[in-house]
Amino acid sequence: MKTWQCVVCGFIYDEAAGLPEEGIAPGTPWAAIPEDWACPDCGVAKADFDMIEV
Amino acid sequence: MNTSPIIIIGSGMAAYTLAREFRKLDADTALSIITADAGDAYSKPMLSTAYTQGKSAAQLVNMPADKMREQLKAAILTHTRVMAIDVAAKQIQLADETLAYSKLVLALGADTVKPKLEGDAADAVYSVNDLEDYACFRAAAEGKQRVTIFGGGLIGCEFANDLVNAGYSVDIVHPHPYPLERLVPEAAGMAIKNSLAQLGVRWHSGFATAVNHVAGELVVTLNDGATINTDVALSAIGLRSRIQLANVAGINTQHGIVVDRQLHTNAPDVYALGDCAEVEGHVLPYVLPLMAQARALAATLAGTATAVAYPAMPVVVKTPACPTAVATANQPDGGTWQVNCTEEGVCALYQDAEGKLLGFALTGKETAQRQTLAKLLPPILG
Repeated sequence: MKTWQCVVCGFIYDEAAGLPEEGIAPGTPWAAIPEDWACPDCGVAKADFDMIEV
Repeated sequence: MNTSPIIIIGSGMAAYTLAREFRKLDADTALSIITADAGDAYSKPMLSTAYTQGKSAAQLVNMPADKMREQLKAAILTHTRVMAIDVAAKQIQLADETLAYSKLVLALGADTVKPKLEGDAADAVYSVNDLEDYACFRAAAEGKQRVTIFGGGLIGCEFANDLVNAGYSVDIVHPHPYPLERLVPEAAGMAIKNSLAQLGVRWHSGFATAVNHVAGELVVTLNDGATINTDVALSAIGLRSRIQLANVAGINTQHGIVVDRQLHTNAPDVYALGDCAEVEGHVLPYVLPLMAQARALAATLAGTATAVAYPAMPVVVKTPACPTAVATANQPDGGTWQVNCTEEGVCALYQDAEGKLLGFALTGKETAQRQTLAKLLPPILG
């Protein structure tokens, strides 16, 4: 399981934890998150900025 | 046929996000970007966590100006100031040339508010408003131990936390008994204050009135006469929209450049977005509103008139010592705070007389609720 960080705001997506409040189950890999998903803290789209692995 | 380009003034996040969104809809229309900066794309919010992320100012560049030219198929004039706008002739005036525009977008940003200071080191006080400022501040702090921050707002608290994480000894001067007082109730403000204090941040009540060089260090004098010995002083006392260029051109301004829901000013084909724009009374210098504006304006510029809508937009305060999320109420006078404090953090809900949620302030583990609670909030601009 990896951890990813939004390059715009620093939001951390932890694959192990998922984002249950957004309907993303724990264990969901970054690659499986839909392209129209946007960072919950800053709103940038996955397709625009992507995240960097940390 | 009008062959003048669309011109965007500015190269911050608002300008570049708009340009990127516009190119998704229109690959061909000529686009020019005029910027007083170097034109490198970077994320301004990341300036306040760079030490903790282990990044230098140069490493914060996501994409250099040359790559942006290529990606956006845009002419980008860097280190270039716009002296004046002629809204009747649809031209902008640079130092040595005049450029015609078909549409003009003002993405000018905001200026940092300068503190009024006496003393022979008043000019040595840093403020950080862009990547170049940040590089200067980092160079000044290199090899030093102590930093004194003026202002315990969002940026002041974030920088304090980041500097402590980098090993600096930090003092903060703030006039209010707790930080972020315009956004959060006392319990949440005290949680932030105490968490930073536990890391070693020293809080001083008041404001700086003078900064002097004394024997190789700086001495900051406060309004009550107290002094702080320090190495570097950083001011973070607020932002003010850049409105002067618009104002002298006859474009309406108040706190920001006044625009309607389509981000249109009162001048034909002149638009504004980002920290310089005031949309129906709202100047919101945060990332989420800027993204909403950029998407709406990109569509408008591409030929589909689109009004911006603001959902409730929580702001995350990047203080790892005390994670905090805030959603300011749409009508701040209309309600009261219901505050619950536990071991896990502060959960403060701002409600109207009927118990309807208008805003919130969450700290610690309570911040996990921010997305869920945000869905219950009324939109800022529906």
